[in-house]
Amino acid sequence: MVTKTRANSLEVDKANYETLVQQVKPKPKVLRNSVLAFLMGGAICALGQICISFFKAQGLATQDAVLATSMVLVFLAALLTGLGIYNEMAKYAGAGMIVPITGFANSMVAPAMEFRSEGMVFGVGARLFMIAGPVLVFGIVAAWLAGLITYLCTLG
Amino acid sequence: MAFQQAPVILSHASIVGPKEGEGPLGDVFDKVLEDMYYEESTWEKAEQKIFLETMKLALAKAQLTTDDMDYLLAGDLTNQIITANFTARSLAIPFIGLYGACSTMYESLALGSMLIDGGYAKYVLVGASSHFATAERQFRFPTEQGVQRAMSAQRTVTGAGAIVLGAQGEGPRITHATIGKVIDFGQGDASDMGSAMAPAAADTFLRHLQDRKISPDFYSIIATGDLGKYGRQLVVKLCEQQEVFLTQSYTDCGILIFDESQDTHAGGSGCGCSAVVTCGHLLREMEQGRLTRILGIGTGALLSPCSSQQGETIPGIAHAVAIEASGGGR
Repeated sequence: MVTKTRANSLEVDKANYETLVQQVKPKPKVLRNSVLAFLMGGAICALGQICISFFKAQGLATQDAVLATSMVLVFLAALLTGLGIYNEMAKYAGAGMIVPITGFANSMVAPAMEFRSEGMVFGVGARLFMIAGPVLVFGIVAAWLAGLITYLCTLG
Repeated sequence: MAFQQAPVILSHASIVGPKEGEGPLGDVFDKVLEDMYYEESTWEKAEQKIFLETMKLALAKAQLTTDDMDYLLAGDLTNQIITANFTARSLAIPFIGLYGACSTMYESLALGSMLIDGGYAKYVLVGASSHFATAERQFRFPTEQGVQRAMSAQRTVTGAGAIVLGAQGEGPRITHATIGKVIDFGQGDASDMGSAMAPAAADTFLRHLQDRKISPDFYSIIATGDLGKYGRQLVVKLCEQQEVFLTQSYTDCGILIFDESQDTHAGGSGCGCSAVVTCGHLLREMEQGRLTRILGIGTGALLSPCSSQQGETIPGIAHAVAIEASGGGR
């Protein structure tokens, strides 16, 4: 009996196991995560709007005001990342903090801090765009494609 | 396999990071660090310092020196196991580096016992270590990156455990070991390693029971290494399908080390997890007479960032080691 069961000690097919895993695996709290992401994302955008209005009231042209606002938001995100607060907030707000420009800043400062120990060139330099890199690559490719389509449309 | 002259656990030591110290087992460890850098300039150096101190502490407790040791068996999670290699550099003991992912502590215990029982060694020093930050940067994201972790994800334990095994002496004895097969049930989610490792743990466990012809209640506690909350449930279900029923005596080191309130989701993971829980908690409980027979099952997820990016599934492995209190043994 021992030898027989031994050969089959764990003959569960993979599909069966997958259903078992799905039964046990916790579901992400979609509703809570969405609401928090919406609120936090909205708050960051509102802050951006306040900055723009403020800079415009100080006499900057719209384009310059937008530029200055980006600088403020990026600075704040970098500062919060450095202080170790950004990731604590993103734990709750998720995409609300990843999608805005602040998320981009965070994705560059975080590897810069992390890989400082490997030196300025091979550490910080080489890893700085580790997470932001793909975003840039596909952003540029998408922009290029959109430009091409626009150009082709104007030909016709 | 059964050991003829069951090797003795002469001493054990564990050092953990701050978060582990705040956990429910906080008091049982020999030392709790105040910060993750441990006064070093990099996390890697910090991990080596922790590992070296743990090893030295275990030797001191056994009142032995590095010269007495015939072999050092150790491993960790960093690339090319640099923590263990660099620690061995400082210890000057004939060294065998191991990599069994998070199962390394039990791999080292099983191999160390074989060396002693086979008559190739009188004393063997074994151990494993992991560090939250060194593992995180290697396997996942930079630590300050703002990401939302899956509920099934676990937190790598910062800590190291070391054990001095001897051919003779007083202490708990290692009576049996079951070496695991690499088992892959097609799980590919790197944020849910409990599910990837559960089949390996269940397989090793069932084989162990069959080999010894015993039932789970033979042991006062059965502890898997780092399956976490959900991996544990899967092992229970897989065993149920084979008509082996596990009770409350089955737990997981990853569940024991952290508290729900510590926001670690499914629990702890890493080589350090089973290492510190075994050395700090389980063996201590045994010495105080609360446990007579322990079955520890170290579990490892054999993935690398490269294999998971290439879409490979995650194979798991598990090694079981049976420990019996002295006097209650064979």
